[in-house]
Amino acid sequence: MKEITVISGKGGTGKTSITASLAAAGPGLVLCDGDVDAADLHLILGPDVKETHTFEGGWTASIQQEKCSGCNICEEYCRFDAIFRDDNNRLVIDGFKCEGCRLCERLCPSKAIKSKRSNSSRWYVSETRFGILVHAEMGPGEENSGKLVTLVKENARELATRSGAKMILTDGPPGTGCPTIAAVAGADAVLVVIEPSITSMHDAERVIELVRGFGIPVYALLNKSDLNPRISKLVESQLEVYSVPLLGQIPFDEGVVEAMIEGLSFLEYAPDSGASSIIRSVWMQLFSN
Amino acid sequence: MALKIAIASGKGGTGKTTTAVNLYHHLNRMHGGNVLLVDCDVEEPNGVLFFPDAMEETSSLVTMEIPVIDTSKCTFCRRCVEFCEFNAILVIPPVKFAEVNQSQCHSCGACQVACDHEAIWVKDQTIGNITRYSGITGAGIVEGNLKIGSAMQTMVIRSLKKSLHSNNNDILLFDAPPGTSCPVVETVSDTDFGVLVAEPTPFGLHDLKLMVALLRKLCIPFGVVINKADLGSPEIYEYLGTEGIEILAEIPFSRSFAAIYASGELQSGIPEEIDNGYFLLARKLSELRVTV
Repeated sequence: MKEITVISGKGGTGKTSITASLAAAGPGLVLCDGDVDAADLHLILGPDVKETHTFEGGWTASIQQEKCSGCNICEEYCRFDAIFRDDNNRLVIDGFKCEGCRLCERLCPSKAIKSKRSNSSRWYVSETRFGILVHAEMGPGEENSGKLVTLVKENARELATRSGAKMILTDGPPGTGCPTIAAVAGADAVLVVIEPSITSMHDAERVIELVRGFGIPVYALLNKSDLNPRISKLVESQLEVYSVPLLGQIPFDEGVVEAMIEGLSFLEYAPDSGASSIIRSVWMQLFSN
Repeated sequence: MALKIAIASGKGGTGKTTTAVNLYHHLNRMHGGNVLLVDCDVEEPNGVLFFPDAMEETSSLVTMEIPVIDTSKCTFCRRCVEFCEFNAILVIPPVKFAEVNQSQCHSCGACQVACDHEAIWVKDQTIGNITRYSGITGAGIVEGNLKIGSAMQTMVIRSLKKSLHSNNNDILLFDAPPGTSCPVVETVSDTDFGVLVAEPTPFGLHDLKLMVALLRKLCIPFGVVINKADLGSPEIYEYLGTEGIEILAEIPFSRSFAAIYASGELQSGIPEEIDNGYFLLARKLSELRVTV
């Protein structure tokens, strides 16, 4: 079994559209939406949800005012500036700033602080026309999206092993921080989707460095390649410098948006297009490498 | 006090940075060059790429305290392990092993409180840096940059925002990271207004709804900029109408503008209807400033 994660650094380069098309190109896979912050893959895959689970997120502390003596110990020890005095001079905790370390709860001499685990995030196992999809929906403003990504991936692995799937394909998040680290950890290969802009190239360089740090092979795909031919050339030569194989170049096509509106992958929307044959070739290269 | 405006989106690539950079130009013209751009997309900071003349003025490291266990003093009682909510400490008494996993540590200080044997000390670990750029028209750019491989993006954003306290600007423009989780909360919290940049596509609408839920939860007023407005479907308008959300601007898709953006040249040659869209948006936000 092979695990491939699609990332980009910069958002909006086409990760999810490419992932959906790769899914349409290759049968026998388990899909995984690793962008739990702003999960979109399900909009194309139209999943039939079979299992819904609650994700136990991080802790958030709160102060029971009737027990609080106002001693200030919690405020002094909080490293996250989450505890402050409100307009009535009562000690209160800003739930968004609380990191969930529970130190205040342990230190409070009046036992006035209690923590609760957030439970506003869900994760799902679904059936789709391309195979099993493990995906999630994070409550707005939640912490721990890296942990939720790890959980989604672990379940995808288990399901892939059980069903004898040949590949796990993960749609990753933008950025280089904890959700991206979680999405690429344990992958056999990473595909970086780049568009011909200096920002995308800059961000791709950062994720290439990140993925190489994990010792994972990196491949690139240049999307919307004809939007700026000069920058496309620049990207090509930069990839050569980094020794990152460029598996294909897909020209800009407004049909990608049309396909999305119809809930289709581009490969289903325009199976005979040049872009679709490039996707198939990328799939073959990823699978054989 | 400066007016703080956050530019956010949920979905990546909708045009946050483009909007931020264009607003920077227009608002600086309207406010005597006293508008600062704060790049909070610390995982991929690239606002400065649109300012070829920008010069690095100062740069400082962002560090966090990482505990180190002195095994000569440690009694392997495992109290620190119990205190650590992030599973960052591994203690195996039979083999006298005690170590902190740096990548899991949130630097909360609980383990030090737990230890009765003064066996835990701390060292500074670099997680990123904060760089200030000048040499461009306007108050300049301050950028947070997460060290590659670090998972502490929220902490870098927090330090970045703290570093602005002594500033004396009219307006602070915060360019937010994509997504809706803790780094976005850190960026938008305590701002006066959110500019949500959305594309009229199914992905764009889905992620916009998540952002709207977040900003409502945080009680931050906001409006929406529809970017690449002619490239998608009308559902977004129905949604915004039903929810009573103000459309601040509509920016059309333009292939030539996309090419200009791609080269990082947002200084000139911007199609008039796009430049005018950003000008009107800036004026609207400027008026907001007077009413606050």
